[in-house]
Amino acid sequence: MPQTMFDKIWEAHEVSAGLIYIDLHLVHEVTSPQAFDGLRLAGRPLRRPDRTLATADHNVPTDGTKAAALIADQLSRVQVETLERNCEEFGIPIYSLGSDRQGIVHVIGPELGVTQPGMTIVCGDSHTSTHGAFGALAFGIGTSEVEHVLATQCLVQKKPKTMRILYGGELGAGVTPKDLILATIGRLGTGGMVGHAVEYAGPAIESLSMPGRMTVCNMTIEAGGRAGMIAPDQTTFEWVRGRAAAPADFDAAVARWRALPTEPGASFDAEVEIDAAGISPMVTWGTTPGMVVEVTDSVPDPAAMESPADRESAERALTYMGLEAGTPMIEVRPERVFIGSCTNSRIEDLREAAAVVDGRTVAGSVRGMVVPGSQQVKATAEEEGLHDVFRSAGFEWREAGCSMCLGMNPDILMEGERCASTSNRNFEGRQGKGGRTHLVSPKMAAAAAIEGHFVDIRDWS
Amino acid sequence: MRPIDVIEGKVSVLDRADVDTDQIIPKQFLKRVERTGFGEFLFYDWIRDGEIELESNPILLAGRNFGCGSSREHAPWALEDFGFEAVVAPSFGDIFYSNCTKIGLLPVLLDEEHWRAVAEAGEARIDVDDQTVTCAGGVFEFEVEPDVKHRLLNGLDDIGITLENAAAIDSFESSGDGERGPVTTAL
Repeated sequence: MPQTMFDKIWEAHEVSAGLIYIDLHLVHEVTSPQAFDGLRLAGRPLRRPDRTLATADHNVPTDGTKAAALIADQLSRVQVETLERNCEEFGIPIYSLGSDRQGIVHVIGPELGVTQPGMTIVCGDSHTSTHGAFGALAFGIGTSEVEHVLATQCLVQKKPKTMRILYGGELGAGVTPKDLILATIGRLGTGGMVGHAVEYAGPAIESLSMPGRMTVCNMTIEAGGRAGMIAPDQTTFEWVRGRAAAPADFDAAVARWRALPTEPGASFDAEVEIDAAGISPMVTWGTTPGMVVEVTDSVPDPAAMESPADRESAERALTYMGLEAGTPMIEVRPERVFIGSCTNSRIEDLREAAAVVDGRTVAGSVRGMVVPGSQQVKATAEEEGLHDVFRSAGFEWREAGCSMCLGMNPDILMEGERCASTSNRNFEGRQGKGGRTHLVSPKMAAAAAIEGHFVDIRDWS
Repeated sequence: MRPIDVIEGKVSVLDRADVDTDQIIPKQFLKRVERTGFGEFLFYDWIRDGEIELESNPILLAGRNFGCGSSREHAPWALEDFGFEAVVAPSFGDIFYSNCTKIGLLPVLLDEEHWRAVAEAGEARIDVDDQTVTCAGGVFEFEVEPDVKHRLLNGLDDIGITLENAAAIDSFESSGDGERGPVTTAL
């Protein structure tokens, strides 16, 4: 029977029924300390330090602090130092503050080449789905599961259902992978992919770069999906080739990877078709990523919503967001702009944003911030002079980390501040208590910074 | 984890859809390196802003897609530390559901109609073995995976169970290990 890519990877990693072998375990400071404590309490060794990799990202300041011991916030400092100590004790390689390989865990995995097709990859972070862009099975886990993987290199997992989303046509000019996934979440809803491993396919996906594919897979969890995946192809192989962790016998690896894609006639538990050519630049208006409209639309009217539950959620969201139904999205004025996060902080994202701001000036009403996803992204951007482009325009140019995507470090919104953000979650308080987040693509964020309000990037110049 | 058999008592109702784990336990409390003491920070902003009131009861009735978003296990830790022993909802975020089962906070899937009946009754009895929720409005069955149920009923340590299978893991690793991805310690 023809198999899906998901089925092949799952089968190849089934140690016994419901027990899945994990090829790579990525670790960061926030969801791991209690897991290491658990190991110590039970006197259990770490099974495979050579399949484990750690970095500090969620908590780190982006102001140039060069070592954990220098972090001003005491709790953050303890957490990063705890990670460093745990990694030393258990023999895990770690790229912490001060390392030129430090960065957001979902940026550095692909960057180092440790993310490869056909692998199973987990991390105590829901955006682990990002790595599925390589044709890997990658998903987020909780701290008890982190401990389980540390101790056994396996996970007890119920096999998820499969879903394929086929994108016909090609994305239009100015429309980005971020818009594609926001439009998809808007259509399926925040629970639309729950219980499923989702394969994104079709011409519009095949023509995406690896960073674009990562953006799409990254936000799978925002529709509740367990994992997002894209079939590996020449684009994938060229990304991995030559990276630090690329396989020694690269051709043999590629031959194995070519066998991964879903076979013709394989069946999925659910199939969805979306016309990529019909997708517009998107902006969220509410407090879930599913509350999203085209930039040319207006803030929706809750009164027009059919279900009482949707109406109530929308009303509460509008109150929180300080928006009136019927307001055109292009009249909404962010005071902050954040370009960064595991969704959109790779070099391509920064190039796109820089191209928009080049030679222009950030509006007087806006504070803009660019946070590269990793030290390597930062170094590349600086070689290309992108930092000068951003700085000359009035943006702050900062160090690598999760930063204002979740505001665990000092980069946060003040109460009531409105932000155009390239991150992945517009939940209440996500970027700071009372902060109002609008999710957009890097281009749309950059243009909003210049104009002081959202614009349709397709007819803005 | 302690065994769970029957959970009985009053219910607290939080009738909102898509409650994400950022609301359940805001990020500023994730900096702690301990596993306990998160209860006082549960729904920190909503409770402090007077948006919701929440009594500490054995059962929380929550809306659809409860626990969506971040994988933070701090969310179930906070709910449990606050006093909840079971969370009943029409649907859950996948990772949240799994996290609950790992720590012995019982997640119960109940369709909206039965959910309403329990909310109206104000108290209920949940029997894990029978897979039923009983309240003044009736007796409702719920689904739970057999192995999850077995672990919950017996309070079993997941890692201990897997390690009983160590020979299978050894044997799996002994073939094809070199083709299953890079050696991180060699970078």
